[in-house]
Amino acid sequence: MNRKAAVFAGSLVVFAASASMAHADKLTLYCSAQEDWCQLMARSFEDATGIDVNMTRKSSGETFAQIRAESSNPKGDVWWGGTGDPHLQAAEEGLTAEYVSPMRDQLHDWAISQAESAGNRTIGIYSGALGYGYNSDLLAANNLPEPACWKDLLKPEYKGHVQMANPNSSGTAYTTLASMVQIFGEDEGFEFMKGLHANINQYTKSGSAPIKAAGRGENTIGIVFMHDAVKQAVSGFPVKVVAPCEGTGYEIGSMSIIDGARNIDEAKKFYDWALSPEAQNLALEVNAFQVPSNKSAETSESAPDMSQIKLIDYDFKKYGSSDERKRLLQKWDEDVSTLPQ
Amino acid sequence: MTLTKPNKAPPVLIFWIIAGWVGFCLLPWYGIEDGFWSFEWLIDGYPFDDDYAPAAFLIAQGEKLWLAPLLIPLVLPLFALRCSKSDPAYARLLVLAGSIGFAWMIAQGFSIGIRGYNFEWMNAAFGPLDDRQFGMGYGAMLCASAYLFLLTQGIAARGAVNGDVFVVSAIGGVIAIVTAFVFFPIAKMLFAAFVTDDGAYSILVFFDKFFNDRIWGLGCLAGARCGAAWNSLFLAVLVGLITTLLGLAFALVVTRSGFRYKRVMRALTVLPIITPPFVIGLALILLFGLSGTITVYVSELFGVQPTRWLYGLPGVLIAQTLAFTPIAFLVLIGVVEGVSPSMEEAAQTLRANRWQTFRTVSLPLMRPGLANAFLLGFIESMADFGNPLVLGGNFDVLSTEIFFAIVGAQYDQGRAAVLAMVLLFFTLSAFYAQRAWLGKKSYTTVSGKGDAGVHPLMPKGLAVPVLTLALAWAAFTAVVYAMIMYGSVVELWGVNNSLTFKHYVTAFSVRFAEEGIRWTGAAWDSFWTTITIAAIAAPLTAAVGLVTAYLLTRQNFAGKNSFEFGTMLSFAIPGTVIGVSYILAFNVPPIEITGTGIILVVSFIFRNMPVGVRAGIASMSQIDKSLDESSLTLGANSWQTFRRVILPLLRPAILAALVYSFVRAMTAISAVIFLVSAEYDMATSYIIGRVENNDYGLAIAYSTTLIFVMLAAVGLLQLLVGRVQIGRRKHVEMKGAT
Repeated sequence: MNRKAAVFAGSLVVFAASASMAHADKLTLYCSAQEDWCQLMARSFEDATGIDVNMTRKSSGETFAQIRAESSNPKGDVWWGGTGDPHLQAAEEGLTAEYVSPMRDQLHDWAISQAESAGNRTIGIYSGALGYGYNSDLLAANNLPEPACWKDLLKPEYKGHVQMANPNSSGTAYTTLASMVQIFGEDEGFEFMKGLHANINQYTKSGSAPIKAAGRGENTIGIVFMHDAVKQAVSGFPVKVVAPCEGTGYEIGSMSIIDGARNIDEAKKFYDWALSPEAQNLALEVNAFQVPSNKSAETSESAPDMSQIKLIDYDFKKYGSSDERKRLLQKWDEDVSTLPQ
Repeated sequence: MTLTKPNKAPPVLIFWIIAGWVGFCLLPWYGIEDGFWSFEWLIDGYPFDDDYAPAAFLIAQGEKLWLAPLLIPLVLPLFALRCSKSDPAYARLLVLAGSIGFAWMIAQGFSIGIRGYNFEWMNAAFGPLDDRQFGMGYGAMLCASAYLFLLTQGIAARGAVNGDVFVVSAIGGVIAIVTAFVFFPIAKMLFAAFVTDDGAYSILVFFDKFFNDRIWGLGCLAGARCGAAWNSLFLAVLVGLITTLLGLAFALVVTRSGFRYKRVMRALTVLPIITPPFVIGLALILLFGLSGTITVYVSELFGVQPTRWLYGLPGVLIAQTLAFTPIAFLVLIGVVEGVSPSMEEAAQTLRANRWQTFRTVSLPLMRPGLANAFLLGFIESMADFGNPLVLGGNFDVLSTEIFFAIVGAQYDQGRAAVLAMVLLFFTLSAFYAQRAWLGKKSYTTVSGKGDAGVHPLMPKGLAVPVLTLALAWAAFTAVVYAMIMYGSVVELWGVNNSLTFKHYVTAFSVRFAEEGIRWTGAAWDSFWTTITIAAIAAPLTAAVGLVTAYLLTRQNFAGKNSFEFGTMLSFAIPGTVIGVSYILAFNVPPIEITGTGIILVVSFIFRNMPVGVRAGIASMSQIDKSLDESSLTLGANSWQTFRRVILPLLRPAILAALVYSFVRAMTAISAVIFLVSAEYDMATSYIIGRVENNDYGLAIAYSTTLIFVMLAAVGLLQLLVGRVQIGRRKHVEMKGAT
């Protein structure tokens, strides 16, 4: 056993060399946007304030799970990015802290209403509309017409060509389900989902997977957030983006301060900074095509033009609540997913 | 029992008594917030500052008085120093001191946390406590170990396991760490299966979640979809069988054929094991997907419509077989080499032909290897997460279901716990089936007697199909890897195929500035962290695994079966469950290690230890016990026997354990994704971030680099550990072969 101890001690020394000794102002940032965007935000905040940022990037579901697991001894300070629903759920469970930023009057109404529906425990930082994208090469190869509306996707010729995520595992797909219920009404909305089910070739686990598959030519049509589809097109894949004619729902990417944050002052500084136009303009550098929440921040030219898209009045409070979510998902599980394809 | 001179205390006892006092009086008792490895406390208020004070100073200042009782078990063993080792009082004192100390450590650690008392009834009984404590630091850990090993020395002195201090301490140590880092977090997680929405406990919740069509549905028999449990089981059995078969074919080709390019083949079979997750899946999609190279070629050739056949069972099966055949090979190569040529020569002398020898002597002696290879393949497939995620299509398996029960749109820890139980049930059943199949037969072939034979070649009728199979699979692996290499040097895989090195530059550029090398590439941070963590975890994993294997094969003690069960448990649990349960268990005192590098090292040790255990058991069951006995008869104690006789014979197992744990630490993803933190980001989680972001080029370039790094590391390990010398002649034509 002593020898083992010696080996262990030896490896400790190796490890010690790699440990940092910094002891300045610091901030632990949980980031749920794309990696390079997260990196850029962290580094730019460091440059702007001199506060050291420890950034971890995980998907919003993973981050929510982590914040929940850590709730009795929080390790993170700010949670930035990711779709709004988990932020709302975290607010509902009291995992995040109330904060009213002085920057608030510079924001779009949808960002503020997101904050109000969560008792000021979260705020909107960007938004993106739901839609779909298709691989134009594959569409042509299979002699399919170009779809323009949600109802087009129900046509029998698209059988086996449509992909969406499983609403049980993906926030994007849940937004799709909730949007259909709000556009068509609950009964007709579920009829739509049943019709769609017949044409679906796979329910993916992750929300943006359908359009990535379409980009690689593994799938024809993917139901996703439009900015994800634009990203594929800008990356060079033959993807066309569609804003459905019936109108569509949208997500609000959010930011929250974690309840019991160890560096609360730094967290507030980051919060205010992240709502400023300078910080939100950083999105342009990393091909993030969401619409920023600060009115004076710029939007990319490639981004879907929100003024041309028919947005529904999405009820985030109702459809973001745990009970409604549970009910809709159970109904989808029982009435839709069990049907033969 | 060994006779010692009276009144001369054994040095081990003195060592642990001193360790206990040092831990109590000199080292900071609580964990230091800046990290385990920062030594700022030495100049920042130590020893009087609350955060850095040793327990003795805290008590002297009238704080944290609940630590005071810990002094008693530190004083008690001092009396034992004056007793002779055969005096019953010696044993009694040590057992008493050890158990009081250890029990009090646990009791105070769990009942007083960062918000005062952890249990409601304590608040009711003693009134609220307006003090708190953080996680254990150097002092507390050293003290706890001291109590543990005082206890084991006491138990040994009472005559357990022939009074062997080394064996009893090793058992005690392994039990303590397995309990702390396997049972405790898993139990914490599984309790979630019984928690209702409002936090109460109820068995009904469990039944409700357990009898669910998405787990047990049998719809696939009627054309719809089956539950995840059946899918997982079916897949795992197939993967176990196929990987064992392929692994055996490779092992036979390498050891028992005149095939000339064994080295190449051996390297090729080991490639998949050192490949980061997702990469094989992406390569398969590029070859066989709807727009894959081969799919398009075949569909044009025969004029058929391309399909998505890859997504689902076929794709996952191919990817897992690619990924896990090397594990079967690593297990089987040791066993196939270990089969004593003397027995085979004896069979041939008795006029058995090659085929009879193979069928009746060699093959039955390989049974432990075959059974272990199947078991590992089965369990790996059950717990695999990356491949079903990429290629699963609508084929749901338990591991991905668990992942999405936790990180999906509907956070349902209870469902995750239920699924984890089902998965555990399958893997443990496989484990017991394997033991039943092996039975109590003896597979000993390496004995102390002269054993200088030569392995016979495979019989002709077997050699041809085995070689064909191995070659075909090797060729397939080669094609997949060629695709991966190619993918790292093209602009945008599948779309823009112009050659470029820009992905490597982005990831691994360096700049030579005045103050030295600047690591400007995007990947360096996670790269160095990964290498460091893997390098620390590998030797620890191998050590814990082999000591455990030694205890299991060579020693008899009460509760051995549950001991074995405990050490295998962590392997049968998918990484996702480990990840979440580690966060739940180790984010709060007494063991508070989330967000550090330690939690990664610890999770790797206990995730990968079972492979060390299995490899060790497989090799040790081939080494005759008479070797140990003769060593013991000649006066060596069990530590010396282990060190000088068994360990050198175990080199293949050590190598397997080291290589496996190093490689797994670099390629694991499912547990890691929950445990990485800002400071300690791992390569795989970085790669997934890139894949999610469409940066396939960068992800594959990074993966390719990791593959080469691991190849170099494996080669280095092979050199360091060296080859086992069993003292056999070699085939002349085998010269130079490994």
